[in-house]
Amino acid sequence: MAGDQPGSPEKFDEMHSAGGDIRPAYDAYCGWYEKQEPALLKRKNAEADESFRRTGITFNVYGEDEAEERLIPFDMVPRIITAAEWRKLTRGIEQRVSALNAFLYDLYHRQEIVRAGRLPERLLRNNEAWLPNMVGMTPPGGIYTHIVGIDLVRTGPDEFYVLEDNARTPSGVSYMLENRETMMNMFPDLFSQVSVEPVSNYPRRLARSLAACAPPKFDGSSGDKPTVAVLTPGIYNSAYFEHAFLADQMGAELVEGSDLRVVDGRVQMRCTRGFQPVDVLYRRVDDDYLDPLTFEPDSVLGVPGIMDVYRSGGITIANAPGTGVSDDKAIYSLMPEIVEFYTGEKPLLPNVQTWRCADKDSLGYVLDNLDELVVKEVHGSGGYGMLIGPTASRKEIKEFRAKLKADPENYIAQPTLSLSTCPIYTKAGLAPRHVDLRPYVLVSPNGIEITPGGLTRVALKKGSLVVNSSQGGGTKDTWVLKD
Amino acid sequence: MLGRTANGLFWMFRYLERAENTSRLLDAALRMALTRDLERAEEEWRSVIATLGLKQQYEANYDGYDGVSVWNFVLRDKANPANVREMFSAVRNNARTARTNLSTQAWEAVNENWMKLDKQLSRPVSQSALGEVLARLRRTGMQVHGAMDGSMLRSEGYHFARAGTFLERAESTTRILDMKYYLLLPSLSYVGSSLDSGQWDQVLRSVAGASAYSWLNAGNIDARGIVEFLVLDDRFPRSLAFCRSALRTNLDELERIHGQPSEANRLMQESESFIAHMTVDEIFEMGLHEFLTQFMTRNSAVGQAIADDYRFLA
Repeated sequence: MAGDQPGSPEKFDEMHSAGGDIRPAYDAYCGWYEKQEPALLKRKNAEADESFRRTGITFNVYGEDEAEERLIPFDMVPRIITAAEWRKLTRGIEQRVSALNAFLYDLYHRQEIVRAGRLPERLLRNNEAWLPNMVGMTPPGGIYTHIVGIDLVRTGPDEFYVLEDNARTPSGVSYMLENRETMMNMFPDLFSQVSVEPVSNYPRRLARSLAACAPPKFDGSSGDKPTVAVLTPGIYNSAYFEHAFLADQMGAELVEGSDLRVVDGRVQMRCTRGFQPVDVLYRRVDDDYLDPLTFEPDSVLGVPGIMDVYRSGGITIANAPGTGVSDDKAIYSLMPEIVEFYTGEKPLLPNVQTWRCADKDSLGYVLDNLDELVVKEVHGSGGYGMLIGPTASRKEIKEFRAKLKADPENYIAQPTLSLSTCPIYTKAGLAPRHVDLRPYVLVSPNGIEITPGGLTRVALKKGSLVVNSSQGGGTKDTWVLKD
Repeated sequence: MLGRTANGLFWMFRYLERAENTSRLLDAALRMALTRDLERAEEEWRSVIATLGLKQQYEANYDGYDGVSVWNFVLRDKANPANVREMFSAVRNNARTARTNLSTQAWEAVNENWMKLDKQLSRPVSQSALGEVLARLRRTGMQVHGAMDGSMLRSEGYHFARAGTFLERAESTTRILDMKYYLLLPSLSYVGSSLDSGQWDQVLRSVAGASAYSWLNAGNIDARGIVEFLVLDDRFPRSLAFCRSALRTNLDELERIHGQPSEANRLMQESESFIAHMTVDEIFEMGLHEFLTQFMTRNSAVGQAIADDYRFLA
């Protein structure tokens, strides 16, 4: 296989072992790849873009003309995980997601973890996602996060770390599904040679999982299934394609705030026959915009009065309002303790070491070592507002030092991990690039389901560690091999 | 289904039909212009602008009626908010709104053609490029309708889509007939007489009916024959009679699905009985323009009633 430095000793290469041999996960794939005509691969690679555009799998860029719909670049070399590796991962994810839900329940009820002195109350007070309206309220089934996307990075054969929990609104699942569709269309013969766990049943699982979370007032006595709807901010939202795609695949209505109204104590959607109640709302609008009567009064994205209906048990909102508390990066730094507190077990998936700059000692360490650390805003996301020490200029470091000193509470710092690399296809052949992985998790009273695979994001620039799509990252199909 | 989605489907198909009809109108004018002297060609382009109701806006921006100006104004000029590029972007936006109620094939047919058209119409369209643009517009209509026909569930969404199509098509045929007849008629004493067959040929081409008409009438072209064909012949898919009856079928289905009578259907039946027993002679007696005006009014009333009956808007 062509490419630059396979199996370099500093960073883990998913395809090659340190000695340069093909790792077992990639055996079958590489066997297939070696037999492909280079010209054919080149052609297929060009076709992939065309196919994504035709399907309309684009994301809008805020503040730009609507015609500025962009594709997230797709790379046609899959990221491959063995069945054994996956089993280990899923145990860790299940443990973490159970702990997350127990933690959220506790925060909005007795706050045992604060009483036990394991979580400083300050972290809640300063948490922008904390919702006082949710205190004492129990969502149907006690579930806060129904759809979770845990971001993982890998640094070695057996070393996976959780980078972020994304309990609020994990996006990107449509890319997981379309990446697989595209791969199967492009290389059908490949799938007959390698046995890969399917992901295509995710929308049906999502529909089932959401329906299983129906509110107490849905007693099923009429025999009908609960009505599930997806709430989108509208066609100009950057993730509109995903909202429409999921609604379509689930057979659920895709609604906007203006379609919904509280009628007779229920949230109802304006249909051609009149108003019809919604039982479960998979919302893709933020808490702040959910109910203008409770939150942002000027918002037209939400539904006036939906929080009252929610509190009275008339609707399930997924994910529950206030869930974002746990996505805070300062809370993240405590996740190992949180997992242990609620499950009584050691965490199976470790955190990346994290310094909370609010602590004086940590701040001192961070300021002294800025050139080696990644510094992130506590509430930031999407790769914005961060400093990557090793690649930052002196000027950037100086600026960040000032920011840190001015508002230490707002920052955390982590070591720059040597993220694993996975080859991408380039004109010059395969070349390693850094990747992360976001598996998708569904939670209902019936249990936790994890779709085998997930979204692999890849930094397309050589040496870059930034995989966010808003920062020019791409995606790959992710395979979990069958045993 | 959501009222907003129904609205999206209805208007998606109205705009699709409008774009296709506009392309036929340009196509017919181009053909005429190419076979006429300069002065007559100018008349053709003037009548395209008049038929589309764009006279004021056009004259505010251009001095003369030359082909390049006219087709660019109709297809892409921002001074004309009803340009085809905008229409097509409305088709796609409505399709995105109604995405969950469109089959993948129908959506892809819209999206793929939109990508190409939007690019083609981002620059001025030259004479050599015009044919390709117009052909793509027609092909898009056929692809989307074909995809709908072969892959859409016959639930209410399908009938809203079809209702939008036939309502728009009836309006388009009415407008072409009204404008052409008015423009072509030198004076009222000519009513019912035979006229320049080239002009009538253009009317027929504008509604894709030239060969069907010839086949039925063995090449005899006169005003009476054409009015009979475009208004009363329910075998021709762009005649008023055909659009009426197709629209009624869709409204009947919607009424059946909803299990309650609709105001739209009531108006529809009224309107249908108005046209059903008309003869060409009666139409001319009433005055073609008066007849068409009344038809148009009834047509838009039905459209409004559909929106009200099925809660298109909040």
